[in-house]
Amino acid sequence: MVEFTLPKNSKVVEGQRYKAPAGAKRVREFKIYRWNPDDEKNPHTDIYEIDLDDCGPMVLDALIKIKNEVDGTLTFRRSCREGICGSCAMNIDGTNTLACLKPIEDCRGAVRINPLPHMAVIKDLVPDLSQAYAQYRSVEPWLQSDTPPPPDAERLQSVEERSKLDGMWECILCFCCTTSCPSYWWNGDRYLGPAVLLAAYRWIADSRDEHKGERLDALQDPFKLYRCHTIMNCAETCPKGLNPAQAIGEIKKLMVQRQG
Amino acid sequence: MAPKDKLSITVRQSELGRVKGLGAARSGVHHWWMERVTSVALIPLTLWFVFSVLGMAGHPQPDIAHWVSHPLVAVLLVALIVTSFHHTQLGLQVVIDDYIHGEGTRLIVLLVMKAAVVLLGLAALLAVVKLAI
Repeated sequence: MVEFTLPKNSKVVEGQRYKAPAGAKRVREFKIYRWNPDDEKNPHTDIYEIDLDDCGPMVLDALIKIKNEVDGTLTFRRSCREGICGSCAMNIDGTNTLACLKPIEDCRGAVRINPLPHMAVIKDLVPDLSQAYAQYRSVEPWLQSDTPPPPDAERLQSVEERSKLDGMWECILCFCCTTSCPSYWWNGDRYLGPAVLLAAYRWIADSRDEHKGERLDALQDPFKLYRCHTIMNCAETCPKGLNPAQAIGEIKKLMVQRQG
Repeated sequence: MAPKDKLSITVRQSELGRVKGLGAARSGVHHWWMERVTSVALIPLTLWFVFSVLGMAGHPQPDIAHWVSHPLVAVLLVALIVTSFHHTQLGLQVVIDDYIHGEGTRLIVLLVMKAAVVLLGLAALLAVVKLAI
């Protein structure tokens, strides 16, 4: 059955408070989920008071400031700090997004930061994404074609054919959408989730790919595909403004279409 | 791994192996499509039924029995019953698939639900047939 309560050792308790330096004028609280696999403690919420006059504008700036200046044990993923690597995906102010693209000013009151929902936590804000990556691998996200490529040229696409990939190639696999989806929370072991289905449709829609039928065969399953109930959290939360729900809808339409 | 280690796992199968599992069932499209078809069919059928019943408010029982005995009305009522009960079991199956985990439990709940819906549907059909014939 669905679990509505957390096991005892997963209950999030109150943690430490790190005061802002004296004289700080624009102080903002950051309430951050902490969990360390190496101690016996429950997960807890530490509160860091940050002087916004001495901090960059984005939530990631505050996290880096905390790690550098306040508490070096705070653990999170980050790399490009410009919304293209997808590393710093986390739940900020109740919504999954990229810390590097989320302005602190857009958060109401204290900035609450948690790891991506319903994934196993490795430490602090670092979720275990290995299942999601394996699901991505399982849809074989590469070009599959029986026609050999022209010997001295690329496989060509018309402008119209190429435009069908718009809204899909931009996905950076941050899994904000997948971890916002209740269907994935309840059935993530079998349901592929919005990010992976968007990736699957990206290849189904590619004019150069010749394995559309096999791709649809591999998706036609009550759990892999049809756990999507157009809840639309995926489209709502995508930090890149993409619409995985629409891609899933297109897959469902093709399934009906090929039935005849 | 040390037995005290909380990260020790009992499953050593690869992530990809677990994710691929037994492969795709190659079904599901029919269920999904029938849900859509029956819901669209239910729009006119339900509107017709609701307005017909409202129009007969206050009429005595024999009037209603007479109305049902009209062949066109009886056929539409049978269509309404079959469509709505079919739609019901399709929809409830989705809820069960979503929320009930554990293959054994899921199978039992699914069969009980389907039996209940079929029996209720048959009872409704019998009522119409009795009045129509």
